[in-house]
Amino acid sequence: MFSLSKNGRARNGWVNFTVLACTGVIPLLLYVAGQTFYLDLATRMVCLAIAAISLNLILGYGGMVSFGHAVFIGIGAYAVGIPAYHATYGEFDLIASYNGFLHILLAVAFSSLFALVTGAISLRTKGIYFIMITMAFGQMIYFFFVSLETYGGDDGLTIDARSEFPAVKLDNAIVMFLVCYVIMLLVIFAMYKIVNSRFGMVLQGAKDNEERMRAMGFNTFKYRLTAYVIAGALCGLSGALLGNFTTFISPEMIDWTRSGELIFMVLLGGGGTLAGPLVGAAIFVVLEEVLSSFTIYWHLPFGIMLILAVLFARKGLLSLFLKEDGDD
Amino acid sequence: MDTTLLFIQFLNGMQLGVLLFLLAAGLSLTFGIMDFVNLAHGSLYMAGAFICASLTFWTGSFLLAVLLAIPLAALVGLATEYIVVRHLYARDHLDHVLATFGLILVFDTLVHIIWGSEGIAVPLPGWLDGQVELFAGVIFPTFRLLIIVSGLVIAAGLYFLVNFTRLGMLIRAGASNRTMVSALGINIQFLFALVFSLGAALAGIAGMLISPISEASIGMGNQIIITAFVVIVIGGVGSMKGAFIAALLIGLIDTFGRSYLDTIFKLFMSPVAAETSAPAVSAMLIYILMAVVLAVRPQGLFPPKARG
Repeated sequence: MFSLSKNGRARNGWVNFTVLACTGVIPLLLYVAGQTFYLDLATRMVCLAIAAISLNLILGYGGMVSFGHAVFIGIGAYAVGIPAYHATYGEFDLIASYNGFLHILLAVAFSSLFALVTGAISLRTKGIYFIMITMAFGQMIYFFFVSLETYGGDDGLTIDARSEFPAVKLDNAIVMFLVCYVIMLLVIFAMYKIVNSRFGMVLQGAKDNEERMRAMGFNTFKYRLTAYVIAGALCGLSGALLGNFTTFISPEMIDWTRSGELIFMVLLGGGGTLAGPLVGAAIFVVLEEVLSSFTIYWHLPFGIMLILAVLFARKGLLSLFLKEDGDD
Repeated sequence: MDTTLLFIQFLNGMQLGVLLFLLAAGLSLTFGIMDFVNLAHGSLYMAGAFICASLTFWTGSFLLAVLLAIPLAALVGLATEYIVVRHLYARDHLDHVLATFGLILVFDTLVHIIWGSEGIAVPLPGWLDGQVELFAGVIFPTFRLLIIVSGLVIAAGLYFLVNFTRLGMLIRAGASNRTMVSALGINIQFLFALVFSLGAALAGIAGMLISPISEASIGMGNQIIITAFVVIVIGGVGSMKGAFIAALLIGLIDTFGRSYLDTIFKLFMSPVAAETSAPAVSAMLIYILMAVVLAVRPQGLFPPKARG
């Protein structure tokens, strides 16, 4: 990534720019053309893309295969749903509010806290242990929300009112999309800064060869934990957006198969690339929509594609267009 | 506290424990020997349940159905190994989880296509459907007792297989040094296929045993597989002994937690607080246990000795 020639760097910049511009402009054009449905699809895509981008930091750049990342989407969504619920039906005056800033604060704070605690435990382990442990912690929160009868338990909770911000009304579909899109751009920019910083270099170095980084005097555990917390916080943010968009939250958002889909998005688009997760999220949402319109058994072709992709196309689709280091 | 009820909850915990062991044993075997992570292990559990359900209606006898379904479950495992899993051994764990995640979607949809979306309740023969009085005042469903007994018998059989047979010797040798085993002229590909279908048969048996209690349904394996993961993480990945002890421990703790946690909480908090917090905590209990075990021993309670 960092030994690219000027030529390769410029080309990658153009690929990333094209991807970003298309995802922003096409849905709005379709909306103006009267195809309002596609704007909803795009909003969902952008929310999932933020989650996938955050997963990419630990999975693609850090080499940590977290199979419980959807848990942060859930925490973020419930951080919108629970205060809104109490603002409508009383009790828990401390958090009862429609204030969007409070919702986002809660989403990010609780996601970071959960990432810090579970990350500190699970990052002590490696490989398969790490996969299973992140999965189990995700399932723990799943059952936690299932057991909360007040907030609908298994059935989930309808959010009666979206987060309120001064001058920005999320009830308007275009505003909702633009807010999500702008936040996604900011997250991508932050990711660009993080990945190319000293911190990002250490993280990627620890992925390539942990022994070497430790021998150089880096405490790789601390760097990984920091990355894990950043990823959790950003994913919590995406959950708050997704909760606002769907206005319905349920433990099903946290199910480990959701985490599997996020991994799918990252790897399909290309792990360890800036725009890869966005491409992956776009393909996922479109595939889901197209395949499910053909057949109720759409998981079958989807599953087969996933298996074939693992067997035959390992580096992600975006890699077909991006230059690798050392190629020229 | 009522000792009769306590004993019955103990048996319920044992029943969950042996089922978890049947699942965890297969996972642990495939991981210990092939270094392969199989998320779709729960799908083999589901396949066992559905095959058994169909055969029960076809043959009219649950026991006959189980006997026929066990080799079929092993066959499903063999086919899965041959078509997909075999090509992944040389890959990393990330590829394993992704491809087997794809397998889950394929299995779930295939079951949906073949058996429909509704769950299937499997009828028991009359003599298994009743209850037995174990001793004065302790009455327990016959079939649940049968699950515990058959689970323990299978565990004993596995212990014998792994420790006292030639196949078991190869399995142990494969777990400690794969390259050496194949260098000694053992057909490692055949051994892998055999172990994978053994694991599939064990998972299938667990599915068959649970199907009369909680019916065969799509996705039934996707929840319990995580619990099985917790079992092998606590027990030590690749250790059969660890899987057995941890499975029973998890079965008992989960069952007792769900039945007695509110009583315990009431000792030191208000009844209302106890009744709202107990379900949430008991749902998370085994994961908290896992976190505690990992914080103290990241390699699990009984890590296998040699790995290379």
